[in-house]
Amino acid sequence: MNRTNPEITVVGGGVVGLSVALGLLLAGRRVHVLDGADSDARASQGNFGLVWGQGKGWNYAPYAKWTSDALAAWTAFARKLADLSGIDVALDQSGGFEFFTDAAEMQEFAAMLAQQQRHLGNRFSHEIITGDDLRAQMPGIGGGVVGASFSQMDGHVNPLRFLRALRVAVGAAGGRVTMDAPVARVVPATGGGFDLAMANGRTSRADKVVLCAGLGATALAADLGFSARVAPQRGELLITEKLHDRLPFLSSTIRQVDEGGVQIGGTKADVGLDDSETLDVMAGLARHAVTVYPPLADVRVVRAWGALRVMSPDGYPVYARSSLYPGAYLVTCHSGVTLAPLHASVLADWIEGTSAAPDLEAFDDNRFAISTAA
Amino acid sequence: MIIVSRFQPPPKTGATAEFEYEGASITAPQGISLAAALLAHSGAYTRQTAGGDARAAFCMMGVCFECLVEVDGVPNTQACMTQVRQGMVVKRQIGLRRLNGCNDS
Repeated sequence: MNRTNPEITVVGGGVVGLSVALGLLLAGRRVHVLDGADSDARASQGNFGLVWGQGKGWNYAPYAKWTSDALAAWTAFARKLADLSGIDVALDQSGGFEFFTDAAEMQEFAAMLAQQQRHLGNRFSHEIITGDDLRAQMPGIGGGVVGASFSQMDGHVNPLRFLRALRVAVGAAGGRVTMDAPVARVVPATGGGFDLAMANGRTSRADKVVLCAGLGATALAADLGFSARVAPQRGELLITEKLHDRLPFLSSTIRQVDEGGVQIGGTKADVGLDDSETLDVMAGLARHAVTVYPPLADVRVVRAWGALRVMSPDGYPVYARSSLYPGAYLVTCHSGVTLAPLHASVLADWIEGTSAAPDLEAFDDNRFAISTAA
Repeated sequence: MIIVSRFQPPPKTGATAEFEYEGASITAPQGISLAAALLAHSGAYTRQTAGGDARAAFCMMGVCFECLVEVDGVPNTQACMTQVRQGMVVKRQIGLRRLNGCNDS
């Protein structure tokens, strides 16, 4: 064990784990990332790439503020990633729409955004736009669209290139990444530190361990005394052939990848660890896209897939220190892309307990602890 | 052991189909794929990638998407998965397809 600069092991080499690792490396720590198996449920390889704030934390001010901090940090973060990795993640943060075909749903969302606005004050802005105004501004929007919300800070990145950029950046910053190293057990060692038992029979010693393994962290987190239990939520996605033309909008359900294909998604289903796609949901996605933007009607879908979101019981992130085993941390969230700039910076201060650490008490997992009080 | 081949010989009916390709008239045996007809015609490139590279049919089984052409106004049509038809109008697929209603750019 190196006493002067002990090594931190990050369990999980997806977007969250690599972001956390990058932050620790940039803070001068030695970091070892253990990535899981190819067959693991990998949210980082199936996601939509949104950098998104609309609606987030409308009912929980700490999450609204944390998300808002992340949105404000994305431009500089994308530049830093490009410097470290040589990869442009195609950040486009020029505002995003949420389209509605049902007036009551739109009203409900408008009320949520108004509450989010109250939490954030002048750090947030949003508009509600009627269908007719939308059609006047953006030719092609379908007659079935009753309106949309719009927020200036929302955007997206190319999600696969982002994952690759993180991986390259972690290497460039001096991090060690071991692939195909699923961790079966984390055992607190006598005298401090942890022994990690890999599924392949090997073992690894860590001074500190940060669990960032998404759906794969459940059993490890329970062993280390954490209360949070994450669950999978399936989203299905379509991607079309690449188009020469640019769509005139970005929405939370329809986005054009910088390379030209249109990604369509946003469905939610609680079906356990089943990431298969289903015909009726895919048909519904296609219908939704054509309702919002009829020029997509004859565009071919070339691929479809399901992927599993990582959802905590209340949907908010979990940042927790083990009270039983000092040196063990749990970091898990649904919005790993949006929150990455914070995971790759100030979260390192929180893990290290420096004076610059953000106050993340609101995201502790004691909110999930079963009360023993009568 | 005799294995029945999934590769079928072209029908020997002698029937032909005439179609238009980039303004030229091509005659091909009925029942063959458009990709085969275009390769037999000249073997020259039948599409340009978004980056401007020339490509022609390669895998002939619907996988590689190198044989994309425009057929009767429908862009990105896989020529290897399309049979020649009398009177079809075929053009090279140049770059990425356009969105309908956005064709003027």
